[in-house]
Amino acid sequence: MPNIKINNVQMDVASGMTILEAARLHNIELPTLCYYPDLGIKNDCRVCVVEIEGQKGLVTSCSTQVREGMSIKTHSARALNARKIIVEMILANHDSNCTACARNMNCELQKLAQSLNIEKNRFPSVLDKKLIDEGNECLVRNPNRCIKCGRCVDVCRSVQNISVLDVMGRGHQVTVSPAYGNNLNEVFCSYCGQCAAVCPVGAITEKDDTSIVWNALHDPDKHVVVQVAPAIRVSLGEDLGLPTGSIVTGQVVAALKRLGFSHVFDTNFTADLTIIEEGHEFINRVKNGGPLPLVTSCCPGWIRFAEHEYPEILKHISSCKSPQQMFGAIIKSYYAEKAQIDPKNIFVVSVMPCTAKKYEAKRPEMSINGRDLDVDAVLTTRELSKMIKQMGIDFRQLPEEPFDDPSQTTSGAAALFGVTGGVMEAALRTVKEVLDKRPLATIEFNDVRGIKGIKEASVTIQDKEYKVAIAHTLGNARKIAKQISEGKSEYAFIEVMACPGGCIGGGGQPYGTTNQKRIKRSESIYHIDDASIIRKSHDNPMIQAIYRDFLKEPCGHISHELLHTEYTNRKHG
Amino acid sequence: MIEQKLITKNIGKIDPKSLASYMAFNGYKMLRKALRLGKEHIIEQIEIARLRGRGGAGFPMASKLKAVATQLVTPKYMICNADEGEPGNFKDRYLIENNPHLIIEGMTIIAYATGIERGFVYIRGEYKEAYDVLASAIEAAREKGLLGKNILRKGMNFDIEIRRGAGSYVCGEEFALIESIEGKAGRTRVKPPFPTTEGLFQKPTLINNVETFATVPTIIEMGGKAFSAIGTESSTGTKLISLSGNVRHKGVYEVPFGVSLRDVIKTLGGGAEKGRKIRMVQLSGACGPIIPEYMLDMTIDYDRFEIFESKTGAGAIIVIDDRFDMFEILVRIGAFFAHESCGKCTPCREGIFQMNRLLEKFNEYRATEADLQLLETLARTIHQTSLCGLGQTAATATISTLHYFRSKYIDRIEKSSLQEGVTNA
Repeated sequence: MPNIKINNVQMDVASGMTILEAARLHNIELPTLCYYPDLGIKNDCRVCVVEIEGQKGLVTSCSTQVREGMSIKTHSARALNARKIIVEMILANHDSNCTACARNMNCELQKLAQSLNIEKNRFPSVLDKKLIDEGNECLVRNPNRCIKCGRCVDVCRSVQNISVLDVMGRGHQVTVSPAYGNNLNEVFCSYCGQCAAVCPVGAITEKDDTSIVWNALHDPDKHVVVQVAPAIRVSLGEDLGLPTGSIVTGQVVAALKRLGFSHVFDTNFTADLTIIEEGHEFINRVKNGGPLPLVTSCCPGWIRFAEHEYPEILKHISSCKSPQQMFGAIIKSYYAEKAQIDPKNIFVVSVMPCTAKKYEAKRPEMSINGRDLDVDAVLTTRELSKMIKQMGIDFRQLPEEPFDDPSQTTSGAAALFGVTGGVMEAALRTVKEVLDKRPLATIEFNDVRGIKGIKEASVTIQDKEYKVAIAHTLGNARKIAKQISEGKSEYAFIEVMACPGGCIGGGGQPYGTTNQKRIKRSESIYHIDDASIIRKSHDNPMIQAIYRDFLKEPCGHISHELLHTEYTNRKHG
Repeated sequence: MIEQKLITKNIGKIDPKSLASYMAFNGYKMLRKALRLGKEHIIEQIEIARLRGRGGAGFPMASKLKAVATQLVTPKYMICNADEGEPGNFKDRYLIENNPHLIIEGMTIIAYATGIERGFVYIRGEYKEAYDVLASAIEAAREKGLLGKNILRKGMNFDIEIRRGAGSYVCGEEFALIESIEGKAGRTRVKPPFPTTEGLFQKPTLINNVETFATVPTIIEMGGKAFSAIGTESSTGTKLISLSGNVRHKGVYEVPFGVSLRDVIKTLGGGAEKGRKIRMVQLSGACGPIIPEYMLDMTIDYDRFEIFESKTGAGAIIVIDDRFDMFEILVRIGAFFAHESCGKCTPCREGIFQMNRLLEKFNEYRATEADLQLLETLARTIHQTSLCGLGQTAATATISTLHYFRSKYIDRIEKSSLQEGVTNA
């Protein structure tokens, strides 16, 4: 255990630790830009340089390991001067029109400039303005704000294994972009938004749809309703001043009501519905001899990835629409009829932890009649947080309010959709109990839980053993897809989520998501399940009612019209 | 005589395109001797010789050899760095074009000592002639059983593949070079791990300069002790010098460490051209310091050469006479580095670009006192905080002139203030 000194404070630290890790462990804050927890050390920005007594140069604390006897000065004159000049240079090649930026007041570069007391930049602007990539429904890439830190490139390559983004050119002409300067919609981008989630500045952000939603809310002719995804209730709070993992289900409803939504629905309801539909699809496939494995379809990033890169496996993917789309369709049919409102006047907003959901909502097949889309606008967690702040709502003081029907009652299984392994666990609870025709002995399926990249489990149903697998991140999804494509998959049922940790780690979640935070959010999801009275989707009385009153039977005619969809081979353009 | 020809002794005598001609001058005899001596003995001799890398950084070769030889991971790779992208350096080309087998022999001896079976020569893309010569030499050696499987029927396997660069300067930097061989863009990696543990394809890799490998047969021939008697205490043996610029006799010269710059320039280079005076000399190449004429008595030596934390470089001396303006030279050097920066780290990507803007101001008589202050801080920051050697040395010329030729900067600021529109704010 090396003994080191940081700013004259003696400390014993574990060997192999970097200076940055040691400093942060002892609450000494060191500024960083390219560094991001859980991602690789890039060593690009050089902002974290520190001085080591007796050494001539400066070293980057993110990449330098501690050594016995090291005496480190994090804020020596030399280190501070270097840091300041480096940040000034970054700012000189950056669109610093902060008030016009989505990251204003929430920008790592802005904070850094402030902490270094940069009032006047000694360098003139050398920004060479480039075109902004707004060619898709989900993400906006503004190269003029890019500081070339490499985080997005890293996450796209090493976590998602897609490598849509890379560093182009060299020297001062370096840009981060898809190959040949293409836009994101021209390449195999899944729109997962992990790049936007790790970007320290406003160079990649979700496409802002808050104005569209405000306009709808202000339109007296529109009946504006909103649905809230399972993962929002455990992540929104931390963006509004509460601890990570705070469960804020009731407060989200209260906030949305105050924003002016007439009805607030819980996407957990259609998560339950998904389980019934997908569960029966699985049962049918088992009975009819396949094709197996059946792969889940709730994740639009995964769907787009499979359509681009593994179209040969599309027949394995469940035809169920995602819970978001199912709810949109239910609102514009079942609910519209009940409430006697013309679906044309209903404006469905959904709040999702996801950027790809914006794309999913705009897929032409995601409509009730071939014209009117199921969902009209999608907000990420971050966008909803922004609207709450815009409205001046003190989120921490809000009372808890219930969701509106038909989604007042949902199961614990539905809540699990927010976390990797959750759809699988929810599905197994239903499929096993329905087929075994006796109550589950244990409700939890612990093998499908946890943050391991690919999880495997085997389940005995009707005395037959089925192997199942769960993958999260597209890097792991690729492995699963490859197996299926090569006919080597030994699984009957597979869950895939594009983002690390599942939706709780989605590309639209609050900035600064780390594995540590993912774990906290997951724990809260499991807590919600534990505390639920109904733990299985098929036990949800509202689900039973909607089949009785409207859908008639799982995977039946109406379901196929409203709740199922199809996929497109997008491999060649 | 100032020249002492050890590794260039046969140049001019042998036909570089003929293996037989190389053999006639005891070619591959040192490989046979090395195979007899045994692996440990080779490394030991190189350690006794105190051979330091000839590519610029001067790292003790024996340390690298031991680090790679003790690695149990296989395969292990060897890279001969023949990128020689540094302006003013041409001694590697000289060696390859005139005695390619010497390099192959040196590499093979080292391969034997370290247990490496696969070597690469990464050669500068512009070196077409050198590439052709080396490629046919490798082919000839392979035909004669001097490369390939069971070399000299001693059970040793080693082969060499040539990779040509595509014109990028930074690919002379070891990790950018490794990335380039792997088929990626030439951008450096984070160190550690160093190449000796995780280099090419993440395997232990020995990477050395052409001249270093070419020195190995000489050490085997004369023994480490005799070799270490040549040169100085810190820098043993001889060094190839690329002498260029405003001297009468430009070219490659082999001299023992310890001779003075003045001796090389005057005695070997014939001094300045007629009627001209030497104003300054740039050492190492574009990446090196610019020193005034009065410092030319400095001796060529790894330690002495460490001016402003810049290393010896690969032994280039660029003579600049009184016809040339310092700021024009600095702007040109700056433009070179701005063009060659890979753009990965901020100080190099943004800093060199901004430094050039400041240097241009001096060059165009638009500079102020504030510009001088900023230039000093910036140049130091680029040097101290850049990720790889390119950025770390890109400001050396500027830093050295700020020290030795400060009056020129002050003078420029004064003259600038006489220009319209320039205020000394």
